[in-house]
Amino acid sequence: MKVLVPVKRVVDYNVKVRVKSDGTGVDIANVKMSMNPFDEIAVEEAVRLKEKGVVTEVIAVSCGVTQCQETLRTAMAIGADRGILVETTQELQPLAVAKLLNALIAKEQPGLIILGKQAIDDDSNQTGQMLAALADLPQATNASKVEVAGDKVSVTREVDGGLETLSLNIPAVITTDLRLNEPRYVTLPNIMKAKKKQLDTFKPEDLGVDVTPRLKTVKVSEPAKRGAGVKVPDVAALVDKLKNEAKVI
Amino acid sequence: MTALVIAEHDNASIKSATLNAVTAAKACDADVHVLVAGEGAAAAAQAAAQIAGVSKVILAEGVSLKNGLAENVAAQVLAIASNYSHILFPATAAGKNVAPRVAAKLDVAQISDITKVVSADTFERPIYAGNAIATVQSVDGTKVITVRGTGFDAAPTTGGSATVETVAAVADSGKSAFVGREVTKNDRPELTAAKIIVSGGRALGSAEKFTEVMTPLADKLNAAIGASRAAVDAGYAPNDLQVGQTGKIVAPQLYIAAGISGAIQHLAGMKDSKVIVAINKDEEAPIFSVADYGLVADLFVAVPELLSKL
Repeated sequence: MKVLVPVKRVVDYNVKVRVKSDGTGVDIANVKMSMNPFDEIAVEEAVRLKEKGVVTEVIAVSCGVTQCQETLRTAMAIGADRGILVETTQELQPLAVAKLLNALIAKEQPGLIILGKQAIDDDSNQTGQMLAALADLPQATNASKVEVAGDKVSVTREVDGGLETLSLNIPAVITTDLRLNEPRYVTLPNIMKAKKKQLDTFKPEDLGVDVTPRLKTVKVSEPAKRGAGVKVPDVAALVDKLKNEAKVI
Repeated sequence: MTALVIAEHDNASIKSATLNAVTAAKACDADVHVLVAGEGAAAAAQAAAQIAGVSKVILAEGVSLKNGLAENVAAQVLAIASNYSHILFPATAAGKNVAPRVAAKLDVAQISDITKVVSADTFERPIYAGNAIATVQSVDGTKVITVRGTGFDAAPTTGGSATVETVAAVADSGKSAFVGREVTKNDRPELTAAKIIVSGGRALGSAEKFTEVMTPLADKLNAAIGASRAAVDAGYAPNDLQVGQTGKIVAPQLYIAAGISGAIQHLAGMKDSKVIVAINKDEEAPIFSVADYGLVADLFVAVPELLSKL
């Protein structure tokens, strides 16, 4: 069984982004970029399934600018067997990415597609569910445990109030939550090996997908700033402030 | 224009996140209908009919909808979607699971986690862990939206008198099955709806200490307990207590952060709280930049003392 793992190149999670002064977006020039943390967890899970022998090939996919190649090389250094880049300079929204991935599913016929639950830049949490809908596959989002048994996959999901377990027919779409696993560090020899792995490039037109954005960003602004707070010297002062100034207790 | 709100319910009552979604739906300048999908959910539908501002409740009853499987719930929404200009879900685990599936089938973009309705086709939503606010305009015919509960007031649960219409449930997709559920026991106020939240971080050091220090304070204040990702990852608190970008988004009257440094990802989940109190040993901790009242102290001393003075 093949596994397809979509990965996204995003602003590194440690970077505090700045809104551009003209309100057109967030300034990402000269900012450190990395693989979306949830996607790292997805690659790790796919590679672990391969190590267990239930998966034969792990294919990493990324959609976006040429530099997404670096993200794919990282995925291959973790253990993906080959990479596919769908290259475009157009802004890609989740629906467009889901359509591109759906076209790749038709080409590659994977048994599982494992995505991150959300990208930390647009915070959408949509692509996996949209892909499942377009490909008419079952879905399990926010996975914290994945077990393949025959032609079914059992997935434990993190939901409000606890956990729930689903059983899905394969092929299926799974999105990862933080607790699924701890991604391994990539080692230098594996980074070198990853450079030699196969990386195919397509354009959205090759896949017959229209990626025109459906949501227009009117403006991007700074969130409202909180007023400066005060430091209180001791607990008694804190209680006094809460009771008499803020009146919240 | 008519908007459809997909209710989150436990068969007997409507969960509060739905009430915030109703307010958002009304802000789209629309007549509001509510879909209650489930098995044995007549009581929830009756409760939905009482919500002020709702003009019709559609009750879809059937075994395929019992456990809220995304495949079946999405199909149920799609069965009636053509009647609506807006389809809104609360941005809860259940809503986020189903909404994109509905949007993709309708071939429209989905708008996640809106915090404000600017007009019927323009919305505000936070991006980059809440460090920027994007105003987006949808060019699609149907707007499929998830609503961040803390961005909207709850609609009153009484004063409405909607008609309840029962429809048959869609057939089961046959592609997925519900196996089981493990519910975290919690007799406290629900985290996302609580007026006061006391939240603990990694500095608590162990699950025992977490319970020992945080529980009495929560009891005293009748507060919900939250946790930072570090505390959850270390096993001090269960996952569903996590507050942050990838956990729960909360905006209580009072948020007390004890032993939490205040990473961007945590702040994304709580910085809309009315009053934030930080208790931390490290006076350089970023949490102090958003705290209204900061106390530089060892939480193992300060929290018990706070408890005794309340």
